[in-house]
Amino acid sequence: MKNKIRIVWQGILPSNPVLVLLLGMCATLGTTSSATNGLMMGLSTAGVLVCSNSVISMIKSLVPDKVRIPVFIVVIATFVTMLQMAVSAWLPALNASLGIFIPLIVVNCILLGRAEAFASRNSVVDSALDGLGCGIGFTLALTILGAVRELLGTGSLFGFALYPEDYGMLLFVLAPGAFIALGYVIALTNVLLRRLCKGNN
Amino acid sequence: MKKLSSTLPHMVLSLGLVSIIAAGLLGGMYVLTKEPVAAQEKQARISAIKQVAPEFDNDPEADAREFTVASGVVCTVYPAFLDGRFNGAAVSTSSMDGFAGEIRVMAGFTASGGVKDYQVLSHAETPGLGSKMQLWFRDPKGARSVLGKSPATTSFYVVKDTEQKGEIDGITAATISSRAFLGALRDAFDAYTKYSKENEK
Repeated sequence: MKNKIRIVWQGILPSNPVLVLLLGMCATLGTTSSATNGLMMGLSTAGVLVCSNSVISMIKSLVPDKVRIPVFIVVIATFVTMLQMAVSAWLPALNASLGIFIPLIVVNCILLGRAEAFASRNSVVDSALDGLGCGIGFTLALTILGAVRELLGTGSLFGFALYPEDYGMLLFVLAPGAFIALGYVIALTNVLLRRLCKGNN
Repeated sequence: MKKLSSTLPHMVLSLGLVSIIAAGLLGGMYVLTKEPVAAQEKQARISAIKQVAPEFDNDPEADAREFTVASGVVCTVYPAFLDGRFNGAAVSTSSMDGFAGEIRVMAGFTASGGVKDYQVLSHAETPGLGSKMQLWFRDPKGARSVLGKSPATTSFYVVKDTEQKGEIDGITAATISSRAFLGALRDAFDAYTKYSKENEK
């Protein structure tokens, strides 16, 4: 049991896909213009990640090594496309805010990375847990980054105005602000991780 | 279970099987979501028409007519009839003159030709600058608002465009987006005028 919790926890902080492994930067920088966007992108990626990790772990012994990458991509793309169809059919509100981001999940290297590094070597349950952990880690990172950018850029948080938009720094909503904010969030994560390590020793 | 070796038949079989299953799943999902997606799209169009058009009791979608205006853009006019009397219309149009990509606008006109309301349906303008279109041109401050004004009597150009004697305040630091938006409204009005002329006959 302790082992299982460890797998989930690994993905959330010690090897957080965004803040520590620096994977999936394209989706991270592109979609975090607000906290809500970051959260939504994170949740849908987490959903696909759990599904793709489980399925890839299930079929791992049926897939010859040389064609494993194309097979993994087909599995991931299938889940993403199904998610996109389902969202546009039954969740129109979500589709309006998230529709353009969903196809981006296919090219997110976190999914392929976890498939290759974890799911193709471990049991189905462990792979699903790894997907869950990485998904939560990714969601947390994107939500924090989105919140920082939204707060500094437009003066609101999750759409609730905290101070007038005219005083916001527009830079943080635009692309350069994404890099600056990400840099500081990574730095803070490193400080936090170092403190945690010292505590353990 | 032992991993399949990378011989040609194994690879072909494995990749082929995965692809066939994926295709089957996607096909099934498509059939399942086809009708809800179409219904959602229709719902979104109707709610946009309802928001901008004057009161109506007909089916504007059934009575819709398409017009090509001077700039080459195809506009769709959704006429609004109340008790058999022409009460104005909603016009959907688009512009490629924006800062980035297409701007799609639904504009509503009263029977006298004034702008009743408008909705920016989709755009890819710079966040924080051009993206303000939806709120800026209904702000009563200065000469920002287009509501209640008619392109027949007011010059729908930004004040900066002195040659056209512009009478609308453009968005600060987003003149290109403002010009594109006002251009779209002029196109919509052209289509509206064409429709009313044909309607009178």
